[in-house]
Amino acid sequence: MFKSSRFPIYYKGHPRMFVKDKPIFWWALKWVHARFIIRELTSVPVAFYAIILILQIRALSLGPEAYANFTNWLKTPLSLSLHVISFLFVIYHSVTWFNLAPKAIVIRIGKNRIPGLVITGLNYVAWAIFSVAIAWLFLNLDNLM
Amino acid sequence: MVSKITLEVFRYRPDQETQPSFDSYEVPCEKDWVILDALNYIKDQIDGTLSYRWSCRMGVCGSCGMMVNGEPVLTCATFLNKFLPGPVKIEPLEHFPVVRDLIIEMSDFIGKLQKVKPWIVRKEEKSLEDGEYIQTPEQLGDYKQYSMCINCMLCYSACPVYGLEPEFVGPAVIALAQRYNLDSRDQGKGEREEILSQDDGIWQCTFVGECSEVCPENVDPAGAIQRYKVAATNNWWKSLLMPWGKSE
Amino acid sequence: MDNFSHDVLIIGGGGAGLRAAIAVAEINPKLNVAVISKVYPMRSHTVSAEGGAAAVIKPDDSLDHHAYDTISGGDWLCDQDAVEAFVNEAPKEMLQLEHWGCPWSRQDDGTIAVRPFGGMKIERTWFASDKTGFHMLHTLYQTSLKYDPIQRYDEWFVTKLIVDDGRCQGAVAIELATGQVQAIAAKSVVICTGGCGKVFPFTTNANIKTGDGMALAYRAGVPLKDMEFIQYHPTGLPFTGILITEATRAEGGYMLNKDGYRYLQDYDLGTPQTEPVLRSMELGPRDRLSQAFVKEMEKGNTLEGLYGQFVHLDIRHLGEKKINAKLPFVRELCLKYENIDPVNEMIPVRPVVHYMMGGIHTDINGATPLPGLYAAGETACVSINGANRLGSNSLTELLVFGARVGSVAAEFASNQSDYTFDMAYESITEENHIKNQFFKEKKNQERIADIRKEMHKTMEEGCGIYRTENSLLASQNILTDLKERFSHVAIDDHSRTFNTELVAALELSNLLDLAESIVQSALSRKESRGSHQRTDYEKRDDENYLAHSLAYQEKDNKPRIEYLPVTITKWPPGERVYGR
Ligand SMILES: Cc1cc2nc3c(=O)[nH]c(=O)nc-3n(C[C@H](O)[C@H](O)[C@H](O)COP(=O)(O)OP(=O)(O)OC[C@H]3O[C@@H](n4cnc5c(N)ncnc54)[C@H](O)[C@@H]3O)c2cc1C
Ligand code: SF4
Ligand code: FES
Repeated sequence: MFKSSRFPIYYKGHPRMFVKDKPIFWWALKWVHARFIIRELTSVPVAFYAIILILQIRALSLGPEAYANFTNWLKTPLSLSLHVISFLFVIYHSVTWFNLAPKAIVIRIGKNRIPGLVITGLNYVAWAIFSVAIAWLFLNLDNLM
Repeated sequence: MVSKITLEVFRYRPDQETQPSFDSYEVPCEKDWVILDALNYIKDQIDGTLSYRWSCRMGVCGSCGMMVNGEPVLTCATFLNKFLPGPVKIEPLEHFPVVRDLIIEMSDFIGKLQKVKPWIVRKEEKSLEDGEYIQTPEQLGDYKQYSMCINCMLCYSACPVYGLEPEFVGPAVIALAQRYNLDSRDQGKGEREEILSQDDGIWQCTFVGECSEVCPENVDPAGAIQRYKVAATNNWWKSLLMPWGKSE
Repeated sequence: MDNFSHDVLIIGGGGAGLRAAIAVAEINPKLNVAVISKVYPMRSHTVSAEGGAAAVIKPDDSLDHHAYDTISGGDWLCDQDAVEAFVNEAPKEMLQLEHWGCPWSRQDDGTIAVRPFGGMKIERTWFASDKTGFHMLHTLYQTSLKYDPIQRYDEWFVTKLIVDDGRCQGAVAIELATGQVQAIAAKSVVICTGGCGKVFPFTTNANIKTGDGMALAYRAGVPLKDMEFIQYHPTGLPFTGILITEATRAEGGYMLNKDGYRYLQDYDLGTPQTEPVLRSMELGPRDRLSQAFVKEMEKGNTLEGLYGQFVHLDIRHLGEKKINAKLPFVRELCLKYENIDPVNEMIPVRPVVHYMMGGIHTDINGATPLPGLYAAGETACVSINGANRLGSNSLTELLVFGARVGSVAAEFASNQSDYTFDMAYESITEENHIKNQFFKEKKNQERIADIRKEMHKTMEEGCGIYRTENSLLASQNILTDLKERFSHVAIDDHSRTFNTELVAALELSNLLDLAESIVQSALSRKESRGSHQRTDYEKRDDENYLAHSLAYQEKDNKPRIEYLPVTITKWPPGERVYGR
């Protein structure tokens, strides 16, 4: 793998090294690791939303009856609770994503680096503006049509 | 009177045993002592067989990282009395094979360091007669943070991705690649990207951020990785949309 | 490469060792060069150097100025031909490091920035904020990775040099991870193992600075030069011995006694000004500042602390912004280890053993009298440091003489035939020797820590900043006694895997030999010069002692001292004047 050190010989006369087994629930032992697993899991609700959207379009293409059935299903308590849970996960996903934005983006004005809080803040502002715009669009959809 | 504190120290002697165990030692808890002083006390006064690495005792050589009560720290920069009344649990750095006692096997890390070409790559060298490369304090500031890494590997112990996937090049090495990528004197970005964009490169990182939390030098490897991802994505889009253009 | 035979073997992976390795690889890529180090190279103690590295680069400076500062700083014990070569090649070497990526601090226009340093008349110290050594070492290490011919033995501990057929042909080492003892052959061998501060209890030096290389050479019949010259740095933190860099004073810090008085003005070091003045007051040379501390202590003007007497280093007036920009590491160290913030509080400091001016006797190219054996870095004595090294000359020395020694060692290796000794025999003999020495049950068993502690005590008491015939004789007797006791040392740890107790025992045996050579050299030099101050011979004596001491190990393991005249080219011995 690398040449500059005497890697192969290192192992030759070497007594065994100890490697710790990872317990299945290793991630539950520490909050940061649990947080990590939760964030990994947020991908499931995101996928869930995507599937719902596809199903919705499919129902629409099958005709008004199928669509009505589908919207009725959406109103069931099961679907509602799934949506609430997914919503929370997606919010968690987004918040962690925005908080990380200043790490990923470095913007300079002249000699000074824009502080991280400003970048995060701008992201949140953008998020709010988009959300309001979309909500407005939906609530006024009937009027527009 | 000086108070006492108990250290529960991970022991593994491959010449004699197949499984590790813990030994308890009671040591004085002097006001100015760091964890490392307590280990030295054990070695000098109680049990000469305890093995661990250390050298500078001033937080700059990077040898003395261990898990103290489950957290990766530099033992020469962690005061003992913080842990009163004790006991304190001392273990080798997580996620690495253990050679003996508190000493871990680190040639994996050393190999990865070399893999990302951590040196200035130039198409054309400037000759020494022509003096230094001009680099303004701002240009220096662009990469300075990433050049502060002492190779202590605490970030590897904190990284769950590395724990699950030892092939992952890992935080410090990516930060080191960024240190050279962002250096105004360097022209090796492209060569390094080939390595870092592979499966076990940057895309393994799912941003846990714990590496930056434990880093004693504020290197912020998590930030380095994220910045790199953005840059790599931009490059990818560019090469997709403008295949005739040269990627950076 | 698995046959343990190389063209050039470099012992030590610090600044000097890595620079030498790169030099060999660049000069002749066909040569097979190996670096062997008891710690991973980036752990070497070069990493902890803070302040900076000197080289002439600014237009108002000149090579002669740098040479004169160095020579007068060294109290005219430097070999002037070596100093001239040094100041000459320094700028090129520093630029080379810049081209390899060292993050030197810059001026606004992007050119290299320099700062003032103790004993230097003009600002010429390059720095990478206050982690200069760290950045230099990591740059060298990372750059070395790009050369294929450089191979490494990381975490191997060298125990012996192999001399056969009248030349040095390699070394025997223990691979720490496995405990295997292995002879390694080479056509030329370069020692770059750093200093031996650990002879003393209170030192800025790391745990690994045990002078192994000096002891290896000494036992192989090579003399140690100027061992009596030990530099005390005036500003170490009490207890830990952590160094507060000279840059702190260069940026304008004050040294204050218990009354808040800048006491250096009483010791012929100039008159206090608000701004730092070069070669004056706080920016005088280290030996003079450390001696002033002892005098102040005798007058009862120092403060009493948990770990002995101390004075204050005050940088509060520099303000938080400047401290953060120029001295961030100083602030970090104070906060982390002393629990004080230098922005609002004064830093307690006392003199602390810092650097070995002496070392393995070499010529201007780093060659020792033993064919095939070379040395560079702190372990060597070329000598450019004379009786007192100037701050920031050592890091530069690593580069200049590392590169020089690399090229001569490469050339020597190109003209040698293969090794002539029996590799298996050398390995087994050394292994048995080590086992017999430490693994046997013994009567009146001794502990390493006890002997080490007594050596520390006697060296500090008898061979510190001020010495007398009586104090030195007392140390000499105790050391003889300790060496006898050392033969009864037995260690608890008999395992092969990473036996750090065995390493500690081997290091202690090295330290004891070196301590003896230091005391003997100090006894023989009946004058005061630079860092060697004899209260029974207070004057410098150029008639008898304008010469290097050479300590040879005799058959009975005792040192014998000879003298070698100093090389003078342009600067006849004069008075050392500071602050006037
Ligand atoms: C706290 C501090 C601050 C300093 N600041 C400055 C400064 O600002 N400016 C300046 O010019 N100088 C400074 N110095 C001095 C300077 O840093 C040192 O003199 C220099 O770094 C020594 O480098 P070296 O390469 O000779 O040895 P080191 O860096 O000490 O390296 C020694 C190498 O030898 C290896 N080795 C040793 N023994 C063995 C063995 N038995 N087997 C195998 N390998 C072995 C070690 O593993 C290591 O790799 C400072 C020193 C200290 C302690
Ligand atoms: S990035 Fe920080 S934690 Fe990781 S090895 Fe470097 S200094 Fe240590
Ligand atoms: S001993 Fe060097 S970092 Fe702790």
